[in-house]
Amino acid sequence: MSQFQLSRAAALPFIGPVAVGVILLVLWQVLCTINEVPIYLFPKPTDIWSSFTTNLSGLTRASSVTLQVTLQAFLVAVVTGTAIAFLFNQSRIIEACLFPYAIILQVTPIVAISPLIIILIKDTGTALTVCAALVALFPIISNTTLGLRSVDPGLVNLFRANKASRMQTLLRLRIPSALPYFFAGLRISSGLALIGAVVAEFVAGTGGMGSGLAYEILQAGFQLNIPLMFAALGLITVIGIALFLAMSGLSNLAIGSWHESHAEGRR
Amino acid sequence: MQTMPQTVAATTIVGKEIPVKRVPVIEVKAAEKTFPNGFRALEPVDLTLKPGEFLTLIGPSGCGKSTLLGMMTNLLPASKGKLSWWGGGFEQTGTPGKTLSIVFQDATLMPWATIETNARLPLDLAGVPRPQAQERVQAALAKVGLAGFGGQLPRQLSGGMRMRVSIARALATEPDLLLMDEPFGALDEFTRNKLDADLLELWRERDLSIVFVTHSIYEAVFLSTRVVVMAARPGRISSIIDIDVPGPRDEEFRGSPRFAALCAELSRALHLASEESGNVSGGTKP
Repeated sequence: MSQFQLSRAAALPFIGPVAVGVILLVLWQVLCTINEVPIYLFPKPTDIWSSFTTNLSGLTRASSVTLQVTLQAFLVAVVTGTAIAFLFNQSRIIEACLFPYAIILQVTPIVAISPLIIILIKDTGTALTVCAALVALFPIISNTTLGLRSVDPGLVNLFRANKASRMQTLLRLRIPSALPYFFAGLRISSGLALIGAVVAEFVAGTGGMGSGLAYEILQAGFQLNIPLMFAALGLITVIGIALFLAMSGLSNLAIGSWHESHAEGRR
Repeated sequence: MQTMPQTVAATTIVGKEIPVKRVPVIEVKAAEKTFPNGFRALEPVDLTLKPGEFLTLIGPSGCGKSTLLGMMTNLLPASKGKLSWWGGGFEQTGTPGKTLSIVFQDATLMPWATIETNARLPLDLAGVPRPQAQERVQAALAKVGLAGFGGQLPRQLSGGMRMRVSIARALATEPDLLLMDEPFGALDEFTRNKLDADLLELWRERDLSIVFVTHSIYEAVFLSTRVVVMAARPGRISSIIDIDVPGPRDEEFRGSPRFAALCAELSRALHLASEESGNVSGGTKP
């Protein structure tokens, strides 16, 4: 499982992935230099770095815009998704009736509906947040629903035998059982919120609004400023990795070592 | 079948006084179980559990022993017939003097909660004030030999220790009745013998009645005051054997001719039960 390997790499040596990265960068640099690849086709890492340093203020501003949209959308998705999952958990009938509509969320390409949303919602910032939240919503709904249902039947019997109320069972059994699934959903969803934000910015950006990283990439493309394009792309990657690591850290804090997916050794 | 309230002579079984004139702990009156798919798990059964008894249910797979225990835990309703607990319905259990606890086949612990929190669960659910609950849990953990393990997580413990936690959880409620469904079935023989001896000790110490499901003839003879032998297809009671051993049940008892004779008797009864049973091999669970 890649999540497992990543958290292990984060916990143990950073050296492995960093070494791979350095080797690849050096190889990239050397190959581009030897073959004299023009900068407007495929820039060298050093070109990208100098473009990054010269455009630092613009890129920082753009990053903060994208990050803000991503985080807002992620928050909306987590709150809404969890609420929907709890609603589904209340009865099988509700879940059976509504789950297909949750799937529609998942299968509708955001590129296809974001123009509509951007037209419908006047405020561009809000429109972007809505687009990104729609993308990030499904993993939260499906994982949390699955988690709330994945309760050890033996423990259910134990709670029943001890005459536990519905509320007690929810708080002491269903929610703790659902946590590992919920956090797995968070990790997927955080990445999707970023993708949603970038995609929506691309669509909105063509309308001349917005100043996020996607807009920077678009502008750089128009100007054939390929190093700047790469620099912006690199920043998106950095934000994505940071979000993933943050969610993994949060998950470790909350679940600690009780769940199989978080325990190392002693298996 | 005796009617309640019955008068039991104050005899001494295993050095334990059986009190006189008390309501039966459980009365099973013509209770039977047919599952919705038509599978007949249990023919009508009559059975009385007297206070202080250690009753064991044994039989081939599919004989309905788990079904019968399930009815006693009220987790599985009887299709027909009736059960009463201390002469009343299940709703009045849980009050002092009428507390029952269940020990399942698996330890059934919450993996996210510490041993202490796990053992405290029934008390927390019942709203027992925390200091009092804590005190009882510590005592129960000490009793099963797990003092000092309260802060650990279940995964840090061995299978036998986890099973002890589930027994401590049951004991913390200070039960009058323990219902145990093959609690040590998954453990190795050495650990099982040790836990059996400990269980007997706990049973002897206090006014406790136990219903115990097992597959093991030795375990049944070692533990019980009465063994109910069941036959399968359909599940029913084949015979009931009294294990009348006045002396202490220890390792010496395990090696004694009396123990061997009782095991042989129970083995014969089981053989008879399996001959009575329908000839399909293996249990048919719905």
